[in-house]
Amino acid sequence: MVVDGIGASVKRKEDLRFLSGRGNYVDDMNRPGQAYAQFLRSDQPHGKINKVDISAALKMPGVVAIFTGDDFAAVGGVPCGWQIHSKDGSPMVEPRHPVLAAGKVRHVGDPIAMVVAETKQQAKDAAEAIVLDIETLPAVAGLTAALAQGAPLVHDEAPGNVCFDWHIGDKAAVEAGFAKAHKIVRLDLINNRLVPNAMEPRAAIGDYDVSSGEYTLYTTSQNPHVIRLLMGAFVLSIPEHKLRVVAPDVGGGFGSKIFHYAEEAALTWAAGKLQRPIKWTADRTEAFITDAHGRDHISTAELALDAEGHFMALKVNTQANMGAYLSTFAPSVPTYLSATLLAGVYKTPAIYAEVKAVFTNTVPVDAYRGAGRPEATFLVERIVDVAAREMNMDKVEIRKKNFIPKEAFPYQTPIALQYDSGDYMATFDGCLKAADYAGFEARRRASAAKGKLRGIGISTYVEACGIAPSAVAGALGARAGLYEVANIRVHPTGSVTVFTGAHSHGQGHETTFAQLVSEQLGVAHDMIDIVHGDTGKVPFGMGTYGSRSLSVGGSAMVKAMDKIIAKGKKIAAHLMEADVHDIEFKDGKFSVMGTDKAKTFGEIALTAYVPHNYPIEELEPGLEETAFYDPKNFTYPGGCHIAEVEIDPDTGTVSMLNFTAVDDIGRVINPMIVEGQIQGGVAQGIGQALLEHAIYDESGQLLSGSMMDYTMPRADDIPNISVGTEVTLCTHNPLGSKGVGEVGAIGSPPAVINAVVDALRDYGVRHVDMPATPAKIWAMIEAYQPKMAAE
Amino acid sequence: MYDFTYAKPATIADAARALTGDAEAKALAGGMTFIPVLKQRLNKPSAIIDLSALGLAGIKLEGDKLVIGAMTTHGAVAASAEVKKAIPALAELAGNIGDRQVRYRGTIGGSLANNDPSACYPAAVLALGATIKTNERSIAADDYFQGMFTTALNPNEIITEVHFPVPQNAAYTKFANPASRYAMVGVFVAKTAGGVRVAITGAGQNGVFRHAGFEAALAKSFTPDALNGIATPADEMNADIHGSAAYRAHLVGVMAKRAVAAAM
Ligand SMILES: Cc1cc2nc3c(=O)[nH]c(=O)nc-3n(C[C@H](O)[C@H](O)[C@H](O)COP(=O)(O)OP(=O)(O)OC[C@H]3O[C@@H](n4cnc5c(N)ncnc54)[C@H](O)[C@@H]3O)c2cc1C
Repeated sequence: MVVDGIGASVKRKEDLRFLSGRGNYVDDMNRPGQAYAQFLRSDQPHGKINKVDISAALKMPGVVAIFTGDDFAAVGGVPCGWQIHSKDGSPMVEPRHPVLAAGKVRHVGDPIAMVVAETKQQAKDAAEAIVLDIETLPAVAGLTAALAQGAPLVHDEAPGNVCFDWHIGDKAAVEAGFAKAHKIVRLDLINNRLVPNAMEPRAAIGDYDVSSGEYTLYTTSQNPHVIRLLMGAFVLSIPEHKLRVVAPDVGGGFGSKIFHYAEEAALTWAAGKLQRPIKWTADRTEAFITDAHGRDHISTAELALDAEGHFMALKVNTQANMGAYLSTFAPSVPTYLSATLLAGVYKTPAIYAEVKAVFTNTVPVDAYRGAGRPEATFLVERIVDVAAREMNMDKVEIRKKNFIPKEAFPYQTPIALQYDSGDYMATFDGCLKAADYAGFEARRRASAAKGKLRGIGISTYVEACGIAPSAVAGALGARAGLYEVANIRVHPTGSVTVFTGAHSHGQGHETTFAQLVSEQLGVAHDMIDIVHGDTGKVPFGMGTYGSRSLSVGGSAMVKAMDKIIAKGKKIAAHLMEADVHDIEFKDGKFSVMGTDKAKTFGEIALTAYVPHNYPIEELEPGLEETAFYDPKNFTYPGGCHIAEVEIDPDTGTVSMLNFTAVDDIGRVINPMIVEGQIQGGVAQGIGQALLEHAIYDESGQLLSGSMMDYTMPRADDIPNISVGTEVTLCTHNPLGSKGVGEVGAIGSPPAVINAVVDALRDYGVRHVDMPATPAKIWAMIEAYQPKMAAE
Repeated sequence: MYDFTYAKPATIADAARALTGDAEAKALAGGMTFIPVLKQRLNKPSAIIDLSALGLAGIKLEGDKLVIGAMTTHGAVAASAEVKKAIPALAELAGNIGDRQVRYRGTIGGSLANNDPSACYPAAVLALGATIKTNERSIAADDYFQGMFTTALNPNEIITEVHFPVPQNAAYTKFANPASRYAMVGVFVAKTAGGVRVAITGAGQNGVFRHAGFEAALAKSFTPDALNGIATPADEMNADIHGSAAYRAHLVGVMAKRAVAAAM
């Protein structure tokens, strides 16, 4: 019996080090002889660089060098990893994204110069001494302004500021559905722009070893191999054997640390030029204006229904803000990661979506926890609620009527994806019960008696993750493979080191992955180490995002362990003089079936490395195997989230009373970590729904540029989150796991907003855009009420 | 941060000398406001004069006055049995400033010297008709607050104590800014021997202010309903991404009624 295997709530191994200040983050690292970099950034949203005068700054104490855009003219631009084609077949407009601004600055925060000095303070002092001559140009910050006739252009090569104008689905089938519809429900929605705000700001050290000619970049990344590929091959032309990227402990990513950032290339390049290590750590202000933001879509959705409330067709038009440059995966977010999810959990037979991606003078926008799927889910689950109300149907009934039934799997949606498994009725019923939906009306009356408006909101969702089958992703525009790798090294005495291409930045991989090994190889949990985040140690892997680490990375481990066991059986057969087919491996022992002859895993490992009595003619010594696993399909976690809120009509304040989630994430490895992942995701979803908003003014200045104005969720904003699971296994990976990292952030925002709208049912409110702030709610209540004399 | 020299004088006289001798020198109390400003290089003092060794921390009751030393932290005020007994509203106010770390460092003197338009203490000081003692003089609350981040203090004057008359009833209600958790609207209502005083922080364009309309109404009847129909002019309120002027004007009314209810 394995006690620390699959299904056990093993305590997180990594927490002792994190909670006692013994983590090893990039900013904790220092290289001998290290200098410090400071980036001088644009405080203007849009401007023409006439002159960057560094002459006085160069004379400042401690200055080693100052680089500007001109110095990077010969290196590549920061590349985009996903190419979308427009409706007319033309490729997206992909303007050069220079490492340091060249010719123009395009957003507040755009780096203009990099100062390298002996100390951080000296670098800052010198940055202040640089004299800029920048001619202000008219700027566009919002989608509507950017798409207006005659709007200023962010890039001359992108007329109308359009990056691409893409579509998917069967337009004719949708029009036919609309023509036959009993009712068409229309809804305009905004998916609010967010700042990721990982606890650890980005940091990097560029290093260069003169004797070996090898570059090392230490960076806060979710995927060091991807950074090595993008930066080495596309920006700096450093061959991969001369470039090592290390991402040690990373304090949260939420997507924002997937991308290759200009600072990484600048530091690595300058380390080579100066033959010195150079360190940079962003402060929070820098994080606000340089980390890729999330969301920022404006959509119009139209849902056609028949007289019984069956969905007949869905039509969506979305504008997506790309910011000033294309960040690594930006084009994929509103398109293949979002529009393909518009079927949701419903049988809607015809769907058509158009997406226009737009450049603006703002920080680049890219994947943020959920990446596209929260946007799709918000749209679908909002319009379903609006449809229920306008059809005079119950919001539970309309969902049940339209669910894809569990018998229908595998289910081909009209919009590219094939869902492998699920049981939406089970998660729905489970959640309704757990949330005591039936008792809600009594609770509503109790709140009303206190003068409070109570509301309940439902979201039933599915998402696509476990990213991704490489060939499919490639056909859709990905410029990378999306498999994962695991190398399992069994040591002579039977302990195990796992080298994984996945990267843990809070997810608890060191614990969960060790459980997989413990389960399959029967090795004790504390005899297993998980190594990640170093291209110098780990084979080429793709990193962590898109809830892929377990379903793709874990599957690679299972495959590698299968090879270990297969080889172990051969060794065991030799030692016990049995036929290999008669050897069975169970609970950490190789035994000859039907006998009491057995060898422990440790004995086999030792034999592999001390091959005295060994089938050396047929078998290599050693016990170490690698497997690359390319998934056959995406995985499709789904479920139901229910939010209950209470609104104080005097102030507009929304209190989250409770939140219930019942999710199907396939096989659960560690229930405690799953609960934490869902709670964390829901906390971010509540943040998006009620609190967070990155607001630019018309001129392109970020108004919510610090914690004083950007409302991060705090502990007391988050209610008790009750988490349950219902399991249908993923049918195409060996673990049956679907992924849990993003479901919380995907399912929850519409549940919260549906609850807010429900609470406001007596005030003629049809929709509330996120975030549902007190001021916004009060204004709606105020606008509805006949204006009474001030209280 | 830019470079500066640091001194921690042991007497008020030495501190005053250090501050007057150098026009670029600045006093440091809890540093909760000042240090972030320094870190962001928004201020470039030549010298930092740390006030923490002047013996200015402490709470005592002197007759019908509660005396709080300038260097007394918010946490100390919140936890003080004397404050809880004499002016519980003040202990409660202090206990809801910022977070535990801020309350452990931030001081009443620093808060009043800074006079942030969203700070909590100014409402209490103004509504209670407190007196601010400095190394040079006594300043009545009504004369002290002169608009956002502006006070009657001379550039190098040091607040030493705040004298609060003990009211009959008082309460503070705060509608916190969702992001910063400072007061978006804070209302301090005090019923004293000399009448009712109502001070509003967070909302006004010129920082903390007294609400004459509310005071007159409450003088007649100290009940929440007495405030019905009494307007707060929206054109004197702040507007920002967190709320319009009309919303703030409305909240002033809501929070004032809640404060009166709590003070009754
Ligand atoms: C996260 C956070 C949340 C906060 N939330 C709130 C809140 O909800 N409500 C609220 O009211 N405040 C809030 N504050 C502000 C807090 O109360 C600060 O402590 C206060 O504003 C400044 O006090 P300090 O002792 O830290 O002063 P410092 O930062 O040291 O000094 C502030 C200024 O006052 C001057 N000064 C200090 N002491 C004296 C003195 N005795 N005489 C003359 N000048 C002096 C200094 O020179 C400086 O210019 C918050 C602060 C933070 C960081």
